[in-house]
Amino acid sequence: MRLSTDQLVFWQHGFFKLNGTIVFTWGLMLLLAVGAKLITRKLSTDMVKRSRWQNLLEIVVTAIEKQIRDVGLKHPERYIGFLGTLFLFVALAALCTVIPGYEPPTGSLSTTAALALCVFVAVPLFGIEEQGLGGYLKTYVEPTVIMLPFNLISELSRTLALAVRLFGNMMSGTMIIAILLTITPFFFPIVMTALGLLTGMVQAYIFSILAAVYIAAATRGRKPKPKPKPKPVSGPPAPAATT
Amino acid sequence: MDSSTIIAVASIATAGLTTGIGCMCPALGEGRAVATALTALAQQPDASATITRTLFVGLAMIESTAIYCFVVSMILLFANPFWNHVIAGAAGAAPK
Repeated sequence: MRLSTDQLVFWQHGFFKLNGTIVFTWGLMLLLAVGAKLITRKLSTDMVKRSRWQNLLEIVVTAIEKQIRDVGLKHPERYIGFLGTLFLFVALAALCTVIPGYEPPTGSLSTTAALALCVFVAVPLFGIEEQGLGGYLKTYVEPTVIMLPFNLISELSRTLALAVRLFGNMMSGTMIIAILLTITPFFFPIVMTALGLLTGMVQAYIFSILAAVYIAAATRGRKPKPKPKPKPVSGPPAPAATT
Repeated sequence: MDSSTIIAVASIATAGLTTGIGCMCPALGEGRAVATALTALAQQPDASATITRTLFVGLAMIESTAIYCFVVSMILLFANPFWNHVIAGAAGAAPK
């Protein structure tokens, strides 16, 4: 029973192995890059005469930008490159399951660990860019110094949780379909593939939203700056005495 | 009962128990989360976008504990290091 695409080997020469994960990942990268290049060759600002692919891309980009803004990041254009790519890669990896013979590369712990490591490195980078090195390091001792080990452990554990969550969801989808194919072919595997598509999209959204929340927490600082209290106005003005 | 039988029995029983308990408790938690979200939606329908998004994020966090249990079960059944060690020992000892 094949647990992940790591064990599906297309070509091997000594130490170098071209396994399913690598092939499908590069296929997805090719699809994303070539598709984006083709669509954005001739962008038009005309309201009526524009290609439908440009409309599709604009919908996707503005939706991601709105989500990033909702999470609390004030300048989404700085982060949309990273967060948008995360979302598009994981979502496309799940969507392409409709192509026969394809298995999502995110069903391998290597891919999801790599993506989680990207988030693990990106969060301090964005935090240092926003707050400076000293300011960012100070957030680790933020409530008290005793919290330092717990903050460090929480950094590591949420990276691990990101990786295992995505891996578990994708792997369980493909494994359920594989098991059902041997028991009740034709109807239930199709239903489970549809469910796998749904959970794939939800997990893509969750992965990028969690990455956005971690970046927002790092750039904002763990303790939100207290808003300056407005000076208390004196009580309601006494009604003008009418004499 | 030699050690390989004990390892097999322990792996299979633990895998079943892990999946059983590991799917019950997150399901209870998710049920409560959805019920509370529905109550909040009924009280404030115009905040439905925020409530729905927060609900999905919360559900994914709860779901991840169930996924951890599933991954442990799969490891026990299909990638069990103790069983591989026993099999390697048996394969080495048998064709003598």
